[in-house]
Amino acid sequence: MIHFVLSISRQGKVRLTKWYSPYTQRERSKVIQELSGMILTRGPKLCNIVEWRGFKVVYRRYAGLYFCMCVNQEDNELEILEIIQYFVETLNRYFGSVCELDLIFHFHQTYYILDEILIAGELQESSKTTVHRLIDAQDSLVEAAKEKENTVSYIIAQVAS
Amino acid sequence: MKEYIIRLVYIEMLGHDASFGYIHAVKMTHDDSLYLKRTGYLAVTLFLNEDHDLIILIVNTIQKDLKSDNYLVVCAALNACCKLINEETIPAVVQQVVDLLGHAKEAVRKKAVMVLHRFFQKSPGSVNHLVSNFPKRLSDNDPGVMGATLFPLYDLITIDVNPYKDLVASFVNILKQVAERRLPKTYDYHQTPAPFIQIKLLKILALLGSGDKKSSEQMYTVIGDIMRKSDTASNIGNAILYECICCISSIQPSPKLLETAADAIANFLKSDSHNLKYMGIDALGRLIQISPDIAEQHQLAVIDCLEDPDDTLKRKTFELLYKMTKSSNVEVIVDRMIDYMISINDNHYKTETASRCVELAEQFAPSNHWFIQTMNKVFQHAGDLVNPKVAHNLMRLIAEGFGEDDDTADSQLRMSAVESYLKIVDEPKLPSAFLQVICWVLGEYGTADGKYSASYISGKLCDVAEAHSSDDTVKAYAVTALMKVYCFEKAAGRKTTLLPECQSLLEELSASHSADLQQRAYEFRAILDLDANAIENIMPLDASCEDIEIDTSLSFLDNYVQKAIEQGAEPYIPENERSGTLNISKIRNHNAYEISTHSLRFEAYEVPKPVVPAKIPSTVTYPTDLVPVTATISEPSYQPSVQPTWPLVPVSDAGSALGSTELKLRLDGVQKKWGKPTYSSGASSSSTSNFELDRNTVNGATKPDTAISKPREPRQSHVEVSEEKQKLAASLFGGTTSRSERKQSGKVSRTTNHGEDKVQSATVTVPITTAAQAQPHPPDLLDLGEPVGYTSSYSSTVDPFKQLEGLLDLSQDVNATAAGTSNGPDLMSLYSDADTNGNSNQNLNPVNGSVNPSKKPALLTKGPSLKDALDKDALVRQMGVNPTGQNPNLFSDLLG
Repeated sequence: MIHFVLSISRQGKVRLTKWYSPYTQRERSKVIQELSGMILTRGPKLCNIVEWRGFKVVYRRYAGLYFCMCVNQEDNELEILEIIQYFVETLNRYFGSVCELDLIFHFHQTYYILDEILIAGELQESSKTTVHRLIDAQDSLVEAAKEKENTVSYIIAQVAS
Repeated sequence: MKEYIIRLVYIEMLGHDASFGYIHAVKMTHDDSLYLKRTGYLAVTLFLNEDHDLIILIVNTIQKDLKSDNYLVVCAALNACCKLINEETIPAVVQQVVDLLGHAKEAVRKKAVMVLHRFFQKSPGSVNHLVSNFPKRLSDNDPGVMGATLFPLYDLITIDVNPYKDLVASFVNILKQVAERRLPKTYDYHQTPAPFIQIKLLKILALLGSGDKKSSEQMYTVIGDIMRKSDTASNIGNAILYECICCISSIQPSPKLLETAADAIANFLKSDSHNLKYMGIDALGRLIQISPDIAEQHQLAVIDCLEDPDDTLKRKTFELLYKMTKSSNVEVIVDRMIDYMISINDNHYKTETASRCVELAEQFAPSNHWFIQTMNKVFQHAGDLVNPKVAHNLMRLIAEGFGEDDDTADSQLRMSAVESYLKIVDEPKLPSAFLQVICWVLGEYGTADGKYSASYISGKLCDVAEAHSSDDTVKAYAVTALMKVYCFEKAAGRKTTLLPECQSLLEELSASHSADLQQRAYEFRAILDLDANAIENIMPLDASCEDIEIDTSLSFLDNYVQKAIEQGAEPYIPENERSGTLNISKIRNHNAYEISTHSLRFEAYEVPKPVVPAKIPSTVTYPTDLVPVTATISEPSYQPSVQPTWPLVPVSDAGSALGSTELKLRLDGVQKKWGKPTYSSGASSSSTSNFELDRNTVNGATKPDTAISKPREPRQSHVEVSEEKQKLAASLFGGTTSRSERKQSGKVSRTTNHGEDKVQSATVTVPITTAAQAQPHPPDLLDLGEPVGYTSSYSSTVDPFKQLEGLLDLSQDVNATAAGTSNGPDLMSLYSDADTNGNSNQNLNPVNGSVNPSKKPALLTKGPSLKDALDKDALVRQMGVNPTGQNPNLFSDLLG
């Protein structure tokens, strides 16, 4: 099972965190500190796995961004590596050639996508098409809601109430 | 408002405290518009942990949303369920989630399955009655739901395999369909059909097939097919291969599959990618437990990994070495491990490496001298990190020698220990545990053969006590050692005068704050005033080897117990017979869950109270000290009377609780209360400071079976290869003694318990030597050597088109090609190395000799083209690009 997902920029800035096991706020920042120290200093040709406190952290670098996932000792590292890749590909398809700025400005969208891919620390859907269908459905619903809010009658109703 | 909440999430992510805004996020989940609701749920799941106070405010909303007509609302609520619903609130929503398993939308069904899985992880008791839902979902029309169902099933099967044995056929069937691309195209990932589902299925099959021949046989064909089809050029293909190897090593072994697995491992290890090497080492560690011989063909690759700059890889390799240690290669491996241990700073891994060194040294030490040297090194560099038990083991070993009959060997051992300690003791920084060992040994044996004078030893001991004035334990050990030195001198009739520094030390300690030190000092003085005869009586030489008998059944309490029972006390009920009462409480517990209804019932929150006792039976072992008891095991006639009211039995004597039926008695507890003080109490010398105590620090017991001192493998000297690496390889892999020998000796060494006597030490060595002679080879191993199967499957794994793709990608990247070519010669030499080594093995090892020569030339002839292709593929993979073909610029942005 995946214990948490982290995304750190090359400068050590956190871009995305999702915790599937309970950690307190203080533990979280400690974890991030420790891991960014370990991962950012690793050379480019070394393997993408770090052993850490009896867990394994699998990371993958995309330009200036590191995606890390912490898994149990007995999990398949290559599979996790591919889950990261799968997640990034999904993001890529959603944002259209994704970059770090997309993650910063639309980070809540990133969370929605992550929620469709992983749930409770496990991979829930391995079909990109399905994930996109769901995300699109949610987006269109949101759009509809927004439009409704902008209509005159809605505003009048709001004011009246 | 939505913007604010999102910003709050961002602030929290950056590590600042945003708790003031939590309540607004909670409020937002109540909103009617899906748009705000979704944001609210997102924020809440990121903010709150499952035990946060605000959870109670959300449960009602979740319940309402689970009933919503809009499936997206339901999805959002289910997402929140995973994170927010805790053990106490599960009953409030579980029924609704179960109803959602039949929802029309597959996305909802899938999430409902995952939520139930999460509930099961959190509190298995609350959803136990729903477990039967999972296998049903396996036949869902939507592959996503089916895939999701595999997760809870995997967990269930991990707990108990038996109820799911009949599902083997359907799992195999599903796997076959997946591998044959029967699933919709959308599940393909990098041209591999639904790889994540395949991996999960393989994991499940590995569990189901372990130790079960019938189920395993059903799997052989499909696993073989998958391995053949898998695409070694992509990461995901390798992930599946790795999972296949894990599965093969877990199920009932099939010679043919083992062979393919060995080939796959060879490919992993030969790859340039560190990830694949890592996986290869890991896989090798798994497979080696079934067929210890396969390591031999990979020796050079393993050694390369050992010298790799990558720390992760190194650590994994040490793990592998640890698994394949045997008495012939223990010296090399332990030396390497110690070097590594010295080089790292991380305490966690230092401790682990140190304890592994100790374990290996205890099990396989070729000679006493080596053992002591090794232990010295370990203590010197990681003394504070090793288990204190290890120090006691070392003392015991020195005291008792190795169980051989001649005393000269033992005394030689002692002398070498004393000498090495005298050399080390002056070093400024030594860990406390090590100093204790030094003091004890010097006190006990420092003057034993007259090489060193009493005044020399006592001078050293005084130095130790002074140099470590802040450590009371060390000081206590030093004083007692001093006392022993002087007593032995006096008993031998020699004239003794107290050294001045010793005198001053005594004076200082007599006024010490520590009562223990004070008492030791006064005892010392008192003993010095006695005459030689009396001293000999209280301090006989070599007293540490005397046996102390421990009455494990506590029969001396029988009378007391008898009396207590006559007076109306409840008899003791052994714990394994108490299960009846526990089941009752469990059943009651069950009912409580089942009546939970749709609306939020606050009674439900009180459920956890019975949960606590209900969980205990699954873990079985009670802390014996806590169980109220009145009788002891020596009266079996009382046992059958099971009293359902056991928790109410008054504790008539807490002490007698120790006499439980557990076979493994807790000796430490016993000693403290009734037994004579033995070494465990001696360790914490702050307890009773009886002056006899230190003589007893080591009581009669068996010793670690290091006695099996095998002649250091003669092979190494025969191998005349200049390269240092090859020597190392030979010393690591050369031994033919199989692993099962190690297991046996491991078991024996674990039985070393104080309270046993010397008789056992004689028996200890017997099973080991027989095991060594028997040389148990699993029959499958010999089948490994069919050269035809080897070569054909080898060549088939390389797809010519993949090579071409690799070339294409390479031409875009100049650096990559440069790196690729520079690696060429190295690899070439590696092959030739492998060849020469294979030949040398052939001369030395008749069993493997018949296998090796046929394989190695085949490897060589294939060298150049295959090697290039592998290089290139690995490089491409490292760049993070998988040659997909459809959209080559997919990641141009991210890759820069």
